[in-house]
Amino acid sequence: MDSIYIYSILSMGGIGAILALGLGLAAKKFHVEVDERIKEVEKVLPGANCGACGYAGCSSFAEAVIKGDAEINGCPVGGNEVAEKIAEILGVQEETNETVKAQLLCSGGIKETKKISEYHGIETCKAVNSINGGTKSCQYACLGYGDCEEACPFDAIEMSDNGLPIIDKEKCTGCGKCVKACPQNIIILAPEDKLNHIRCSSHEPGKVVSKICEVGCIGCSLCVKTCPVDAIKMEDNLAVIDYDKCINCGLCSEKCPTGTIEFNGRLIEKVVITDQCVGCTRCAKACPVNAIEGELKKVHEIDQNKCVQCGLCYDVCKVDGAIEVTYKE
Amino acid sequence: MEELRVVILVFISTVLINNFILVKFLGICPFLGVSKQVETAFSMGMATTFVMTLTAAATWLINTYILEYFNLPFLRYVSFIIVIASLVQFVEMFIKKSSPVLYKALGIYLPLITTNCAILGLALLIPLNGYNFITSVVFGLGAGIGFTLAIVLMAGLRETLEFGDVPESLKGVPITLILAGIMAMAFMGFSGLISI
Repeated sequence: MDSIYIYSILSMGGIGAILALGLGLAAKKFHVEVDERIKEVEKVLPGANCGACGYAGCSSFAEAVIKGDAEINGCPVGGNEVAEKIAEILGVQEETNETVKAQLLCSGGIKETKKISEYHGIETCKAVNSINGGTKSCQYACLGYGDCEEACPFDAIEMSDNGLPIIDKEKCTGCGKCVKACPQNIIILAPEDKLNHIRCSSHEPGKVVSKICEVGCIGCSLCVKTCPVDAIKMEDNLAVIDYDKCINCGLCSEKCPTGTIEFNGRLIEKVVITDQCVGCTRCAKACPVNAIEGELKKVHEIDQNKCVQCGLCYDVCKVDGAIEVTYKE
Repeated sequence: MEELRVVILVFISTVLINNFILVKFLGICPFLGVSKQVETAFSMGMATTFVMTLTAAATWLINTYILEYFNLPFLRYVSFIIVIASLVQFVEMFIKKSSPVLYKALGIYLPLITTNCAILGLALLIPLNGYNFITSVVFGLGAGIGFTLAIVLMAGLRETLEFGDVPESLKGVPITLILAGIMAMAFMGFSGLISI
């Protein structure tokens, strides 16, 4: 009986020892020089191996980052915090990821649009949409049955009494689930730092829109004419904003006769350059309408006739008090 | 000649009749997990074949010269797992050094094979079937090729299925499992092919 124990222990121990020795030797013999930074990057990654970055796991992502195949902000789980740490390891400047948030391109709730039919059936936008495009007078409008609310995994969307989804900016992560869920395709992902949104998706001619909705885009193109940077274009009777070009001046929302364009910032009354200006020319370069003139190292001046009060010069100015901005009430 | 006949029969039998995935239902995890693309499925199949062949040889040696010699059949599970794990580790190191391209192609799948029940199943089936060394190696090779065949076929079907009109509730894993079941039934048709 005793021999079984002895043989078991000896044979298993022997197998284990031989394999361990073999592996140990092999590890030395087949040692491959790897970039030490890969391990360092791997350490700062979340280590969940979730694959959200598009690579097989955290270690493959770390490798890709070192190789330059992946962006340092490629880890969506770690976010900017991890990107900063990776940037430190690589010694490069980190570019913060542009965060996007969901925006509803319709402001025609129950109050603003007319109801043209009754619907009794499955209470989802998808079902309603399949029957003659909904119950509202505008066939592009939000259907109001809350498919987006249902789809949102972060509870960021809530249907208001007016029958429109209210998107909580704090909770929205820009995952895009609501964009996919909306059968009307009126939810988009827009950069968080953009303050102007054209909240209408109707391609009907202005005459029709003004009859069926109080806040719809009537295609007057005043915003297009007003925009100092040509960020708004008319597409088939609808004003569409190009977020890449938009400078957050808010002029379009001021001009819009129907209140379709929303502006979440503060409107600027007047911009002046004071004597504090050191003449670095940053503001002149930033100005979208070339309203600022001045020679290097001399105090610059703003041509108030050209100025569109966008405030970009104020944003880029590095000298405190060199540019003064007065806001509208 | 008699031996050669047995070897060939064992090979055909493990590839088709006793296919590890579709008849024995071993290694279902990679079968469902890595069968989204034909290319990766093939890489996984090749890696598994490689490890299976080596495992068959190594476990036959250990079983015959250590476990049976000392009459310790109860140690099979433990020792085989150790051997498989070390073998995969060794293979990984070897490939990493000798062929970085192949190492990249196999990627995460290589370490995953360690925990694949098809490999342990293969190792445990060898003493059960009483094969000799050459037959064992051929058995391992056949099991690997059968694995590759099943997983590549599955990947091909799933690639086509991507464009198919699958009912919402069956999308993803459910339809894959139904496919696996139908494929397993199809493979049952091979059961009368040869008899040993």
